[in-house]
Amino acid sequence: MNTFRITHTTRYVYTDPVSRCHNEARMSPMNLPHQTCAFSKVHVSPSPRSSFQRIDYFGNNVFSFDIHQQHQELTISVISEVAIDKPCSLSLENSLPWDQFTEHLEQANKHQQLMVHEFILPSPQIPQSASAKDYALSSFTPGRPLLDAVNDLTHRIYNDFKYEPGFSSLSTPLETVIEHRKGVCQDFAHLAIACLRSMGLPAMYVSGYLETDPPPGKPKLTGADASHAWLNVFIPEHGWQGFDPTNNQMANERYIVVAQGRDYADVTPLKGVVYGGGHHHLTVQVDVTRTHSHTFN
Amino acid sequence: MTSTTPPQTSDEWLQQYRQHLKPEFHDEMWSGEQLSIKPAWQPLIQQLNSLSPSAFHKPRLEAKRLLQENGTTYNVHSQANQSLRSWQLDPLPLVLAENEWQNLERGLQQRALLFDCILQDLYGERRLLKQNVIPPELVFAHPGFQRPCDQVRLALSHQLMHFAVDIARGADGQFWVLADRAQNPSGAGYALECRMIMNRIIPEAMRSITVHRLYHFFQSWRNGLQALVSQHSDEARIVVLTPGPDNDTYYEHAYLATYLGYPLVQGDDLTVRDGKVWLKSLAGLQRVDIILRKTDDLSCDPLELQQDSQQGVPGLLQAVRNQTVAINNPLGSSILENPGLLAFLPAIAKNLLGETLQLPAVGTWWCGQKPALEHVLTNFEKLVIKPIFGNGSCYYPALMTAEEQQQLKDKIKQMPYFYVGQQQPQLATTPTLINDELLPRYYQLRTFLVAEGGSYVALPGGLTRIANNNEGWFQWQTNGGISKDTWILSHEVDRPIRLQPMAPGGVAVQSYEGILPSRAAESLFWVGRYIERAEGSSRLLRTIMDHINNQDEFASEADQQCLYVLLTGLTVMTNTLPGFTGEDTKQKCKQPNPELISLVRDSERVGSLAQVLAAFLHASFSVRDLWSSDTWRTIDDIDDILGQLYCPPTDLGDLQSCLDELITTIMAFTGLTAESMPHESGWYLFDLGRRIERSLLQISLTQSCFSQGLDDTVEHLLQEALLVNNESLITHRRRYRSLQQMENTLALLILDETNPRALAYQIYRIQRLIDHLPHRHQQREYSAEQRIILATATRLRLATANMLAQRGEDGQLHVLIELLEACNSNLLELANTLHHTYFSHTEQAQQLTSMSAEIAMPNEVNV
Repeated sequence: MNTFRITHTTRYVYTDPVSRCHNEARMSPMNLPHQTCAFSKVHVSPSPRSSFQRIDYFGNNVFSFDIHQQHQELTISVISEVAIDKPCSLSLENSLPWDQFTEHLEQANKHQQLMVHEFILPSPQIPQSASAKDYALSSFTPGRPLLDAVNDLTHRIYNDFKYEPGFSSLSTPLETVIEHRKGVCQDFAHLAIACLRSMGLPAMYVSGYLETDPPPGKPKLTGADASHAWLNVFIPEHGWQGFDPTNNQMANERYIVVAQGRDYADVTPLKGVVYGGGHHHLTVQVDVTRTHSHTFN
Repeated sequence: MTSTTPPQTSDEWLQQYRQHLKPEFHDEMWSGEQLSIKPAWQPLIQQLNSLSPSAFHKPRLEAKRLLQENGTTYNVHSQANQSLRSWQLDPLPLVLAENEWQNLERGLQQRALLFDCILQDLYGERRLLKQNVIPPELVFAHPGFQRPCDQVRLALSHQLMHFAVDIARGADGQFWVLADRAQNPSGAGYALECRMIMNRIIPEAMRSITVHRLYHFFQSWRNGLQALVSQHSDEARIVVLTPGPDNDTYYEHAYLATYLGYPLVQGDDLTVRDGKVWLKSLAGLQRVDIILRKTDDLSCDPLELQQDSQQGVPGLLQAVRNQTVAINNPLGSSILENPGLLAFLPAIAKNLLGETLQLPAVGTWWCGQKPALEHVLTNFEKLVIKPIFGNGSCYYPALMTAEEQQQLKDKIKQMPYFYVGQQQPQLATTPTLINDELLPRYYQLRTFLVAEGGSYVALPGGLTRIANNNEGWFQWQTNGGISKDTWILSHEVDRPIRLQPMAPGGVAVQSYEGILPSRAAESLFWVGRYIERAEGSSRLLRTIMDHINNQDEFASEADQQCLYVLLTGLTVMTNTLPGFTGEDTKQKCKQPNPELISLVRDSERVGSLAQVLAAFLHASFSVRDLWSSDTWRTIDDIDDILGQLYCPPTDLGDLQSCLDELITTIMAFTGLTAESMPHESGWYLFDLGRRIERSLLQISLTQSCFSQGLDDTVEHLLQEALLVNNESLITHRRRYRSLQQMENTLALLILDETNPRALAYQIYRIQRLIDHLPHRHQQREYSAEQRIILATATRLRLATANMLAQRGEDGQLHVLIELLEACNSNLLELANTLHHTYFSHTEQAQQLTSMSAEIAMPNEVNV
């Protein structure tokens, strides 16, 4: 089991005063079978007039708040502690054939069976895409084991697409990413999800953090970490399994899940309606530090 | 003359109608093998014993007039030359027998209950999905399934408070459901309006035939709304939320708000603070307990629902979640407007109610299931294709080319779960007046239900709409078109209840008297300013035209100079530079007509009469709920005159009479407002707007006339022109005989507190009005507005006519000019201060999104 302490600070500086704002943050890690969030504290400055906490439709922690005093700077800091179990190892070759997915769905529980449908359908930011299907086809040959096929898809995206920060923005359509073969982690997650859904397989968008190591021989710098995004695919006999096309690997005990949904729109870390403000400058600082590392047999 | 002789008697007329009927059709009036008139129609036909085109001629015109005068038009947002899409009312109602209605009513009540259960289930347990009663795609793929609304409930057993069902009768005599309306069904207000108009146009028939009345329904609606407030709360404030005047059915929103007695508000009028909803009113923030919304689901909360909505209230859904406000219908109810559900309703009714579905829907195949998809593709041309979400849009394969059909089929195959195929049943017809002929027409009836005390109450009647053609594939106009009143015969007269009785054990609803949304206050202020600006411009235009008409070859140089000064004054007053100023002033003044006509009719030109009137109409329409019906009629008259101004006669004389009419109508409007609007906050702001504008116009014109030091003769003519322009010449003559001196003129036009056209009159009035406004800080000192107007009034009070008429060595009226300038800048400052203190100045809202997720370069990760 790994234990992490994560601090995530988001700071907006506005050119004009903001008279009030209403916001919603999905920044506190969720609890999952393999992940326990021991605590998560959100601190907002200036202090909100009121705030509410709830768990949304997808099980994510939502912290909503509104500020009614004039301000020109908004800071949201979240400090969380999360423990993550080492995943049981899965054999890529022994998983069931991807094209028998529907027949094997009965192995899952009732709730899972129903929710799987949420993640097969197109979603607001991942519309049906013929080019994604074209791209997916070569990984999904008849009878190929599901995990092996998804792993191959992950591998291909990693090799075919260039990681290029600044190329895409939140509003870049998937088609542009496919055409130019570049993007960032959320584009790759969206692409992989579109591919899987085009094959009739359920896939879920995951936002969170990944523990990173400093370059060899160098100390780890403060704030060097960042938010990350990957995807989950549903394996009837096992449950949801994470794949990270950006780093060409399956999610492991270094992946900290914050929120899950159909696509980025469901898990947006921070959204809000702001009155006034003019333009804004945004800085984000994330630190993921390991507090404990236990190994169990 | 037509070739056939028009029928003279009702009998002939009915016989002629009969001949139009096709044998296999079901008609509402004629029935049976032998074709006889149904008993339900007998009383009406007896009443209208001369049921003939001529007998209906008058009622039809009257209906048209009333609809127009009441502004009952869809999409009124009156843009300059755009003609309004008006709504026609056929004076011949649809008549249903009581027993027939009772069957239908039971079916409708069951349906409302069923849809309430579906709504509760889909945002609650989702048993329907878990037990495979409906396929998950039908819900998950429907954009109306708003996940943020999951598990959100009103503190009440019923969630669906208001429901509408479109039905039609099949050729077999059976009623069929065509569609369900659940998020903010429109039409109940139109149905009420139809009935009101019927009472006006065929009063005898309405008196002697016992038809179920409509008001019980609206009473139930009120009771149901009141019950939404928890029993412990001792005050309940209800508002009607509208997307605003640009919305197609805005008229109805205003009509319902007025009829139910709730303030009409827009998203900007509301704000969420401390998890509660507040109305920004003239007197500060006021709690809102219940929102009756006419805004779509997605537009209601830009934070949690559709992010780019400009009509919503950020944080609203959280307030609903906290149960500090009840919204009706609940957010997310558009999931029920899903034609795909129709295919599963019998099973749903069994599952949720344990009952058989009473009212069948037209045959519907949801393409998400293979056999249904096959059926739809095979019977393509016999069906109507509808997306499960799409605001009533539909496709008619029968009317498509083979290529178009193929495209549609491909679209369906790509996302089969997003489409249904629907049967187009053979429908019954009802007699309808079309161009003086009685013809059978297809109809559909929108019926309405509201929840009250654990059950659903149906409106005994509804809005009947006529299909726009009579052949094969008919399309229903969603807006406009011909409507009918719907009569449900009753064996006894409904007991009238006019005043709102207290529901037993219910909660007293605190009235909103005196609570005016800030936005409405601002609109009223601008209505006042625009109407005064229109009047001021019209008066000056008229005065100038008089002068032009009186200029002949004998006109003196002084006459001409006077005209030039007035023309320049017009340009300055209306702020339409260059106009009659600048280098070629002389030339333009010699040929003033083109510029004058442009100032009257050019609606694109800011400051022209047409533009000012259009702005007036727009502002008045945005507070449609605050005008009495008589007042609205004068607003409508002003709209008519605006229409005439767009094509003004080239003859100035005709234009003058047009202006005369406009001025009289404007006076009627302001007079009616003073007599029919309660003299409270709203009226104070309206009057403030008028008084401030009138002062500013007068100052501007007086400055133009007397700041140039012209020779005595010209000045003399100008004094006279000003007196005429201000309707003060007669007073002047009576008071001062014919002794026309600057001193007397200024006494009457500037300082006279008793002359409603004098500057002093306006200023003192403004002073009183400002004292009446709610002052937010109850301190023992004057507010900023009070201080400004006090300074202005004092300055005027200290002035004398003699002082004002004094000239400097250069012959200029320095004291006067200085006084006018001081008044002018004070008034502008006052308007500005009022704006900041009282009006809702919502800043531009923008969306805040966090940076896209990024991680350090992948190769830095040690895998």
